[in-house]
Parts: sequence; C-alpha cells; structure tokens
Amino acid sequence: MRSGRCLPFLAVLLGATVLPAHAATIQITIDNLVFAPAEVTAKVGDTIEWINKDVFAHTATARNGDFDVTTPPKKTVTSVLKKAGSVEYYCRYHPNMKAVLTIAP
Amino acid sequence: MFIRLSAAIAALSLLGSAALAQGAKPTDPQIAHIAYTAGVLDINAAKQAITKASNKDVKAFAQDMVRDHEAVNKQALDLVKKLKVTPEDNDTSKTLSKQAADKLAELNKLKGAEYDKAYVANEVAYHKAVNGALETQLIPSASNAELKSLLQTGLKIFQGHQQHAEQVAAKLK
Ligand SMILES: [Cu+2]
Repeated sequence: MRSGRCLPFLAVLLGATVLPAHAATIQITIDNLVFAPAEVTAKVGDTIEWINKDVFAHTATARNGDFDVTTPPKKTVTSVLKKAGSVEYYCRYHPNMKAVLTIAP
Repeated sequence: MFIRLSAAIAALSLLGSAALAQGAKPTDPQIAHIAYTAGVLDINAAKQAITKASNKDVKAFAQDMVRDHEAVNKQALDLVKKLKVTPEDNDTSKTLSKQAADKLAELNKLKGAEYDKAYVANEVAYHKAVNGALETQLIPSASNAELKSLLQTGLKIFQGHQQHAEQVAAKLK
C-alpha cells in the first residue's frame, strides 16, 4: 500500500526535475502591431507562446526561413524552437512589424 | 505604360491631398466617414483582384486586404456606435469614391500579368495616399481620443500594407 503510492510519486518527481531544466515557455505578445519584448533570448527546445491581442491576424516569420507562425486574431499559438541562431523575424502581412529572437543551442 | 502609371499615381495623390486640403479641418463624423470609405474602397478593389488576379502572391495580398480592412472597419463601426457619432458624407469621401470607381473600371479592362502589376501598383499608391491623409490631416484633426487612437492603429496597419504591396510589386518585376 505504502510503496504502491510512493513509486508513481517518485517517478513524477524525477520527471519533473529532469524535464523543465532545459525546456522553458516564453511569452511574446503581439499588441497593436508590436511584438513585445522586441528582443528575446531562448534555447533550442523552448516553447514560444505567441499571444495575439489584436483583432488582426499576424505572422511571426523568420527571415532565414527557420520558422513561420500564423497567429489568428485574439488567439495564442505555441511553437517549439528547433534551431539555434540569432533570428530576425517579421509579420508577412505587415512587414513593418519586426523583432529578434536569439536562440542558444 | 510606365508614364501612364506614374500619371495615375500623381493624379491620385494630387486629388487626395487637394480634396483634403480644401476648407476647414474635417470634423470627427467626417473623419470617421473618410476612414471607413477608404477601407471599403480597398475591399472592393481587393474583391476584384481575388477574381481577376493570376499571380498567387497577388491573390493572397488581396485576401489580406479584405480581412484587415474589414477588421478595421468593424472596429470603426463599433466605435461610432459607442460614441453615438453618425459618419457624415463629405467631399473627400466623394472624391475618393469617384476616383476608386474610375480605377476599378480601368483595372477591369486589364488581364493576366498586366492586371496583377497594375492592381499592386495602385495598392502601393492608394495606401501611400491614405497614409499621407491619415498622418497630415485625419489624425491631427480628430478630437475624440478613441477615434484618434483607432486612426493611429489604422495608420500602422496601412503602412504595413504599403510595404507588403511594395514587396509583392518588386517580386512581379
Ligand atoms: Cu501583422
């Protein structure tokens, strides 16, 4: 009885200490045609939560082609960073929206 | 072709600024009408492009125009309702509508790549003219803070459209 309860708990604890150590979730907000923060540092494997507060659709499109995320109006979209690099990205619909994401290996 | 195009652009900006420059500064109900009309006219042009354009980037651009201008205009309608303002027709709105109708008829005669180029070139010129009007006339003249703020958001969106149109135009060459 006692050990039966203890084992899954231990597994959860172990899993919990191993996983989040290198996978963070980072929020980037799009509000009134501005990406904020405009400069973000992250690591490969991190998740970006793109929070679009506008009534307009936007995209976060890497100039080097590494990612292209479409964010519908008033929606949050997540994407996982797969490649390292300092990536300039912009909105394809409104190319005057620009920001930088620096991704460490 | 090039001369005709430049002449058309010159005529558009001239008419746009001339219409806006005349008389006293526009009132909020007039500004709301002008901004809304400018959006509707671009939606009409885009709807024509969705059926006529052959290039897929041009078609996609036209779809973006419908989506964004409808979103801006919905906000404008919500705002005038909230402020209990009735948009008021005026000479600038009339001039814009007349010019747009002429342009639509002119574009309607073109086909294929020629149409695509002419539509995108006109989108660059049109957004440039509207942005100029927003910056120099409509935003400074707006007295209601919420209307001013909506126009400022509109300006950012339309500046984005202008850049987007310039990129599409560059790719067509
Ligand atoms: Cu955008």
